Amino acid sequence: MTGWPELLRDIASGIAFTGGSAFLLIGALGLLRLPDFWSRLHAAGIIDTLGAELMLVGMMFQAGWSQATVKLALLGLFIAITSPTATHALANAAFVTGLRPARLAKDESPSFIPVSSTIVKTQGRDEQ
Amino acid sequence: MARSLIFLLALAALWLAFSGLLMAMPLILGMLSCLACLLVSHRMGLFDHKDMQNPNMIRIQSYLGWITLEVIKANIAVAKIILSRRPQIDQQFIRIQSSQKTGFGRALFANSITLTPGTVTVETANGAFLVHALTHDAASLEAFAAMDRRVTATETGRK
Repeated sequence: MTGWPELLRDIASGIAFTGGSAFLLIGALGLLRLPDFWSRLHAAGIIDTLGAELMLVGMMFQAGWSQATVKLALLGLFIAITSPTATHALANAAFVTGLRPARLAKDESPSFIPVSSTIVKTQGRDEQ
Repeated sequence: MARSLIFLLALAALWLAFSGLLMAMPLILGMLSCLACLLVSHRMGLFDHKDMQNPNMIRIQSYLGWITLEVIKANIAVAKIILSRRPQIDQQFIRIQSSQKTGFGRALFANSITLTPGTVTVETANGAFLVHALTHDAASLEAFAAMDRRVTATETGRK
């Protein structure tokens, strides 16, 4: 028979796995349902954040106090740093090449276009 | 020099956390790769500028806690849109002011915006970001101003 700590651990990881897989499914559904590249970026954002992180938390509960948990926690931290960076790179590439959403309720992008299209300024603006 | 040493120690700790092998060969290889990483970082100019000389770890931790809650709220909001019968989206590009002085602060702010589903940082300029928002709610200027204040407080280490 398993004791109370194991039962609580299984319940906690079960909740995290259920939530994580629900958000992964919702993100995948969003990728299919939303109309264009720009709105699909946000569905991918769900997969990157709560989907992946909740799965990692569930695995941490299963691993207990061990080296695996340290690895999983570091993985979660690195995913939280790298996934928005990758999303930004994707969005920026689409913006610079001129891809725009089908319908825009509000557009304040024109003031940014000259900065991104001149390479000289792109290099200069990071030097303070 | 002191910063390089701290960086090397942090890299070694990371290696140990990931490998966990206290044998001669893995340790030697680990030390070599840590040194190679330090060399590459120096060549990238990671130690040249004065960004974040004394990061306030307590402030960064409390910011991490706050951003986690924000991400969860934003996830639920976007999930509702996806699951609604007719997704009601009002896509927009908006200009967001950023008040950070250091590269670290600006990267933290831009990444925080991208991390919350519903908003993505598309382009950066001096003192402002171009942000793509999925809905009117996600594009609320007050929410961005609040995040901007918190990032600046984290960056400067002051209240």
